[in-house]
Amino acid sequence: MSRKETKLLCSKVWKVFPDSAGAEFQKLGSDPSQEEIKAFEAKYSAVFAVQDADIEIRTGEVFVIMGLSGSGKSTLVRCLSRLIDATSGKIQLDGKDLLTISKQDLVEVRRHKFGMVFQHFALLPFRTVLGNVAFPLEVQGVDKEIREARAREVIELVGLKGREAYYPRELSGGQQQRVGIARSLAVEPEIWFLDEPFSALDPLIRREMQDEFLRLQSMLNKTIVFITHDFDEAIRLADRIAIMKDGRIIQVSTPSDLVLNPADDYVAEFTKHVARAKVLKVRDIMASVNPGGKLGGDAIDGDLSIEDAASHLRNSNNPRPVRDQNNIVVGQVCWDDAVDVLVGQGG
Amino acid sequence: MAGTTNRRSPWLIWAALFISIGFSYFGAEVLPKWMLEYPRAWTPNFQKSIDAAMLWLVDDAAIGPLSFGEVTRGLAWLLEQPMELLERLFAEGFEAGDGSASRQVFPPMPWTAVIAIAAWLSYKVGGRRLAILITLCLLYLVLFGQWESSMITLSSIIIAVPIGVVAGGLLGVAAYRTPIFEKILNPVLDLMQTVPTFAYLVPILFLFGFGPAAAIVATTIYATPPMVRLTLLSLNSVPAETRELGSMVGCTERQMYQKILIPSAQKGLMVGVNQVIMLSLNMVIIASMIGAGGLGYDVLISLRRLDIGSGLEAGIAIVFLAIALDRFSQALANRPDPVHRAETTGVYSSQNVLAAATIAGLLLVTYTLGFFIPAIQTFPESWTITTAPFWAAMVSWININLFDYIEAAKTILLLNVLVPFKAFLLAQPWPWVLFLLTLSGFLLGGLRLGALVAALVLFILLGGIWEKAVITVYLCGISVVIAMLIGVPIGIFATRSKRAYLVVHAVIDTLQTLPTFVFLIPVVMLLRIGDISAIFAVVSYAVVPAIRYTAHGLSGVKQQLIEAGQVSGCTDVQLLRKVRLPMATPEILLGLNQTVMMALSMLVVTALVGTRDLGQEVFIALSRAEPGKGIAAGLGVAAIAIITDRLLTAKANRIKQRLGLE
Repeated sequence: MSRKETKLLCSKVWKVFPDSAGAEFQKLGSDPSQEEIKAFEAKYSAVFAVQDADIEIRTGEVFVIMGLSGSGKSTLVRCLSRLIDATSGKIQLDGKDLLTISKQDLVEVRRHKFGMVFQHFALLPFRTVLGNVAFPLEVQGVDKEIREARAREVIELVGLKGREAYYPRELSGGQQQRVGIARSLAVEPEIWFLDEPFSALDPLIRREMQDEFLRLQSMLNKTIVFITHDFDEAIRLADRIAIMKDGRIIQVSTPSDLVLNPADDYVAEFTKHVARAKVLKVRDIMASVNPGGKLGGDAIDGDLSIEDAASHLRNSNNPRPVRDQNNIVVGQVCWDDAVDVLVGQGG
Repeated sequence: MAGTTNRRSPWLIWAALFISIGFSYFGAEVLPKWMLEYPRAWTPNFQKSIDAAMLWLVDDAAIGPLSFGEVTRGLAWLLEQPMELLERLFAEGFEAGDGSASRQVFPPMPWTAVIAIAAWLSYKVGGRRLAILITLCLLYLVLFGQWESSMITLSSIIIAVPIGVVAGGLLGVAAYRTPIFEKILNPVLDLMQTVPTFAYLVPILFLFGFGPAAAIVATTIYATPPMVRLTLLSLNSVPAETRELGSMVGCTERQMYQKILIPSAQKGLMVGVNQVIMLSLNMVIIASMIGAGGLGYDVLISLRRLDIGSGLEAGIAIVFLAIALDRFSQALANRPDPVHRAETTGVYSSQNVLAAATIAGLLLVTYTLGFFIPAIQTFPESWTITTAPFWAAMVSWININLFDYIEAAKTILLLNVLVPFKAFLLAQPWPWVLFLLTLSGFLLGGLRLGALVAALVLFILLGGIWEKAVITVYLCGISVVIAMLIGVPIGIFATRSKRAYLVVHAVIDTLQTLPTFVFLIPVVMLLRIGDISAIFAVVSYAVVPAIRYTAHGLSGVKQQLIEAGQVSGCTDVQLLRKVRLPMATPEILLGLNQTVMMALSMLVVTALVGTRDLGQEVFIALSRAEPGKGIAAGLGVAAIAIITDRLLTAKANRIKQRLGLE
């Protein structure tokens, strides 16, 4: 994967609730131990919702923050978008410090660079679909005709053409979230925050919406911060995943790396039940090319998942060459390796 | 933890009761006099100080070049202008010339026009049923000759309600924006809601003079607190995500309120508007004591003349006006959610044009017809009916035939229940009461509650109103016990079947719309003046929350628990005793709390029928124009109310916690 430039950088971010305990926190020093934190929490009846979070979100990637409820993922994303103020730490957007900019600049950043999709949709019940989608533009003071034209465009993009005059109440959950998505896209944001956007939906609809999300992202190529508590969803959608537990980020890596090298037992507990054949790529299980060995057949794309590669590998007795994006052979793989993954043993 | 306090409490209660009974028998002989009667020398005479402060405020205090009194009188003048305009428009017509030379140049709105417009608007808002209901209510006003008075009352409501709504809304928004302001505002609202209205009538008279403006000010003070609370509540219950949406799309603060918070909170705000309307109507009679005309004045006058029939008819007119306004504003608040249409633009504006045209048309037609046929303009007096002679006949019949029985029942009750209970309470030495109440506060809510209760009791002592306060507690206590004895069984009965529920609800809804004074009419009619009448009136007013909260608490018990009881083989009675009642206890306690609150507010009104409690103090203050006395007594009632409220709420929360309901 080619290294892309950093879009949003968050370093050493802490968030302590309630805000009144924040001042006391400054006295704690930059790197308190777990014991110190426990003592502090007990003394001020405070909660350390986010602890020492370091993440770097790159342009055009889908960055998923995954954690169970209470892990601090929602708090972290609200710190990133400055819906709440971090107690300490640094958050930079395109190299500019977000925590120190003026109130007006922040409003400008939010109006033009941020878009957000909410878990419970946050649609305004007294506005039609069109009114909801055009809302961010209306707030900016865009002319009625222009903003409605733009709103109609995005409504069509999310497949709701014909429902412009409906009220949110008249739509299904999945459709409502499509409105939420359309609204967040209306301003053409540079960073797209999605806060558990599909958790409130039924499993079947959730799957459909994930596909829809992937379709949109393949067209739009946004920088995305996606929050979820569903590990399978994270694996499915992410370029990179940050796993959070008790306010701390435990591991940040690609889905396949998580599966192959979980940082601790907690992560391993999640990866254990994942369908590995879907997550692992051929590249992840290939062996280095044996100089003397025989390679048979066409080269296989290293970025294919094992599941997809399986049908190609079948019936080939010899190891098959693996190629990268530039058609250069980088390794070899054989049917037995794939079978190990498919039956859940390898990798 | 909770278990140990619960095991201890019964012993504490029995011990306290035992000691109290001891005091009531032997206290007078054993205890020093200063313990039995709080020495007058120990009271700073702040009633006089308040009187002096009021005088200073009106005469000497200045805002810029104007004295404070001039400013408030100016405000009163400003309030009177729209009021007069509306009164002329609805009731009196516009006149030219002075005194006997005046003649009507333009008639008031014809009654036919008002009814037609009201019917049409209510049909638009709530359909045919609402239109019929409201038309019937208004027809009563016409038929019973209450039209002109009703229109004057309506005018004052039309002025007072927007002031209350806007002021309440702004205060609510301010409290929402600045939590510190909320902290300051909350106790002020508590006071506004617990201090009996009479207590601030005198200061208002001082500042605004006798007249409709003073009445509007008093009404607004009384009717605004729920609007503040409901504004705050509904703003706070806008989902966090919706507010975050506003921030994320970059709303300015103004946009946040205009486009997100206020529209999202609209339903709650409309409930607030409805509350302001209802409370304003509740104040109609009291407001007439300081200069409001209309129905309230009619009731007051007939009450003073003991003209039961006219009082009843005017009282019922207030009720019907209240019902009409209540149902109309509720229908406005509960309008069905919008449904999409083919194309939305422009529909609303053309609808507004249509409405304006219809109203203008109706006015034009009725005014023109009224010019030729006077009956369309003004309902002829000879067509009105009255039931006053009937009521007068009935009262004299009762007084002739049933007097002995009623008197006997009264005497028995008085001698066996009221007098002993009153003596028992009055015999308690004040340090013991102070100690007991502070201890309960401490046990139920920790140091803070203990300190609050102690401070409030001390306030009553220092205010020099201890004895009157004890009598208030005695009247209130007996009324509340009776109200609970009647209300709880009815509440239980109401949850037995759907039909019972509907019937009971209809009854208590009606009871609640009745202005407090209306309860006095039958009481004076049957029981004459005295404590019994007061208790009777208080009970019939305060029984409503006892019923409502019991029914609500019982029907709120989780179905699962009831099923668990049924599966274990509970009979209906066992189910009630062992499952539903225990689970509903916190709610019933809150009902008890509300019953106490309503009983206290009614008690002040019943001073009109001759009680000797704090309410009487307030009335004396009103008739002698002594603001200090009124305020002290009013704050005394508020202190009793706040002590009861905090203790009962703390207890209810305790039980809720133990039952895992929170």
